[in-house]
Amino acid sequence: MTIPMNEKIDNLQDDATTGNAQTENRHDSKAQPFIRIENLSKQFDGVAVVDSVNLDIYRGELFAILGSSGCGKTTLLRMLAGFETPSTGRVVIDGIDITGLPPYQRPVNMMVQSYAVFPHMTVEKNVAYGLKKEGVDKTRIGEQVAQILSLVQLSGYEKRKPHQLSGGQLQRVALARALVKKPKVLLLDEPLAALDKKLRERTQFELMNIQDELGITFVVVTHDQEEAMNLATRIAVMDDGRFVQTGTPTHVYEYPTNRFVADFVGTTNMFEGTVSQIANEHLLIDTGDFGVIKASPTPGVNEGNQVWLAVRPEKITISKESITSETTTCIKGVVTDLGYYGNRTIYRVTTETSAVIEISAQNQFRASEPILDSEDEVFVSWDLANSIVLKE
Amino acid sequence: MNKRYGETADKAWRSFVIYLPYVWLLLFFLTPFLIVFKISFSDPVIAQPPFTPLFDWARNGMGAVYITFDNFLFLFEDDLYWMSYLKSVRVAAFSTLCCLLIGYPMAYAIARADTTTRNILLLLVILPFWTSFLLRVYAWMGMLSTNGLINKGLLSLGFIDEPMKLLYTDFAVYLGIVYSYLPFMILPLYATLQKLDLSIHEAASDLGATPFRVFIDITLPMSVTGIIAGCLLVFIPAIGEYVIPTLLGGEDSLMIGRQLFNEFFENRDWPVASAVATILLFILVIPIMLFQRYQITAGTNANE
Repeated sequence: MTIPMNEKIDNLQDDATTGNAQTENRHDSKAQPFIRIENLSKQFDGVAVVDSVNLDIYRGELFAILGSSGCGKTTLLRMLAGFETPSTGRVVIDGIDITGLPPYQRPVNMMVQSYAVFPHMTVEKNVAYGLKKEGVDKTRIGEQVAQILSLVQLSGYEKRKPHQLSGGQLQRVALARALVKKPKVLLLDEPLAALDKKLRERTQFELMNIQDELGITFVVVTHDQEEAMNLATRIAVMDDGRFVQTGTPTHVYEYPTNRFVADFVGTTNMFEGTVSQIANEHLLIDTGDFGVIKASPTPGVNEGNQVWLAVRPEKITISKESITSETTTCIKGVVTDLGYYGNRTIYRVTTETSAVIEISAQNQFRASEPILDSEDEVFVSWDLANSIVLKE
Repeated sequence: MNKRYGETADKAWRSFVIYLPYVWLLLFFLTPFLIVFKISFSDPVIAQPPFTPLFDWARNGMGAVYITFDNFLFLFEDDLYWMSYLKSVRVAAFSTLCCLLIGYPMAYAIARADTTTRNILLLLVILPFWTSFLLRVYAWMGMLSTNGLINKGLLSLGFIDEPMKLLYTDFAVYLGIVYSYLPFMILPLYATLQKLDLSIHEAASDLGATPFRVFIDITLPMSVTGIIAGCLLVFIPAIGEYVIPTLLGGEDSLMIGRQLFNEFFENRDWPVASAVATILLFILVIPIMLFQRYQITAGTNANE
C-alpha cells in the first residue's frame, strides 16, 4: 500500500515542479488551450493586484480560481470579461487575442455575485436582452429564452419582475441570461455566495449538470474551498495576485506544494522541523515540540533542510492505546476540546509539550455517549504516507 | 402598566410627527389658498380691503352670500390672459427641457466622479445660491445689454459688426430661467444616478450592449424618478416666474407671473388677480398629480 502511494506522490510532485500553468492536465497534452492567459498583470496605484499570471484552461473545463478576499481573483475575472484593462499581458480565447476588446465584443459572459438582474425588466426580457443586442430575430429569441428558462427551471416565471423573485431564482435568471448567449466561456464570480447552505449545495450540482449539458467552459471564482473542490475539474489557488498551485481538487487537497495551499484548502496540522536523517523507507524530521516524526521520502528534501510536515485531521487516528509500527508516528496527549458535528467529531488534543493537534473522526457507529471525552488520555497516530513534507 | 403607558405615549408621539406636516400645510398653504379662492368670487371696490365681502349679515337680519363668476369669465373672454398662460407654459416647458438636456450629463458626470471631485462639483452647483437671486439676474442684465460683456467681447473678436439685441428678448428669458433653475434639475438627477448599481451597467455591457445602448436601456429607464422630480422642480417655479421675465424679457413677454403682479399692484383688482392665481394653481396641480400617480404605481410594483 505504501509503495504505490509513494510512487504516486513522486509522479505528482514531478508535475508540480514543472510550473504553475499546467500542473496536471487531464486532457490530451497536445490539445490547444482554449483560454490562454499570458503574463497578465493589473496594477492599481502601483500595487500589483494580479501579478504576472499564466494559465491555460481547456475547452469544456469547469475551472475554479480559489482564494481569500483581496487575493486578486475577481480582478483577474474582470480582466477576462473586459471590465478591467490589464497593465501587462494578454488573454487569448479560442485563438483570438481579446485583450483589447470591450466587454460587449467578447465571446464571454459573466455572472456576478450580486446577479445584477435588470430590476426594470421581466425575467423574460432580462434573459432575452443579450440576444436582442445580437440582433437575433424575435421568434428565435422566444424559442431560445423558453428553452434556457426550462433548463434553469424557471418556466412559468417569464412575466415576473426581479423584486418578485427569491435569491435562488434571481441567481437562475442571471445564469440563464448569461447562458442563453451561448458564450465560449462563462465567468462566474462567487455564483453561490448569496444562497443559503442547502440551496447552495443543490445549485452546485445543477451548475455542474448544466455545464455538462451545454459544454460551455466555465471559470468560477470563489473563496469557498468546498465549493471549488465540489464544482471544479481543476482549481488554481491564488494568493497575493499569483497562483500558488494549480491542479485537480484531489491533487490540491492531498498533495499541496506549499504551506499556503495546505493551510488554505481544508485544515491541516502543521509541524515545523529539520530533516535529521534520510533512510530508505522514510525520513526523520526533528520537530522539537513533537519529537522526531517519520515522513515519506520526498524528492529534493535533504538532511538539514528546514521543512514543514502537514497532516490532515481526518487522516489521524485517535485511540486510547498506543499504536506502534514501522511506518506510524504516535504522539501522546490529552483531549482538551471536542466538537460534535453528528457525522463526525473534531478533537483537539494537547500534547505533553502543550502543542495542539486537531483530529477529525467519523462517527461510524451509533453511540449515546461520546467514546472519548475531555481530559481523556489518548494517543494520536498517523501513517507516514498520510503526511506531506513541504519545503516552502 | 408602565409599558402600556409607554405605548400610548409612543403612539401619540408618532401621530404628532405624522400630522405636524399636515397641520403646517393646512395653516400655511390651504388657508391662504382658500382666502385667495374666496377673493376670486368677489367684486373689486375702491375700499379697504379692495373687494366686496362674500357674506353679508346686514340686510334683513339674514345672512346672504354674494358670489360672482365675473372674474373667471373675464379671464376667459380676454385673450391676453390665455396668451399669457400659454406663453408661461411654453417658456417653462422649453426651459425645463433645456435644463434636462444640460443637467443630465452634468449630474451623470458628478455621480461618476471620484469622491473628492464629486464634492467639489456639487459645491459648484450649489455655489450660486450663496448670492442673492436678484443680484444674479441683474448680473445677467449687465452681461446681455447692448454695451454688455457679451456684445463687447464678440465685437472685439470681430464676430459681429454691431451689437446684437440680447437683453429684453425671449432668449434672455430662457437663458435666465435655465441658468437659475439648473441646480434644481441637477440635484435630484444626481441623487438618482449616484444610487444606480454599476454592476447592472456592466451586466448590460457584458451581454453585448454598446455604451450608448447601456445608457438607453439601463441608465435612462432607471433614472425616471430623478428626471420627473427634476422637471417638476424646474417647471413649477418657472411657470409662475415674475422676476426673470420682468427684468430680462421684452415688453411683449407677458408671462402669467407678470400679469398677476399687474392685476394686484397696478390695477388693484384683487379678485381678478386671485382668479388668475387660482387657475395657475390648477394648471400646476396636474403635473404633480401625474408624478404622484407614477410614484404610487412604482411603489406598489416594488412592494408586490
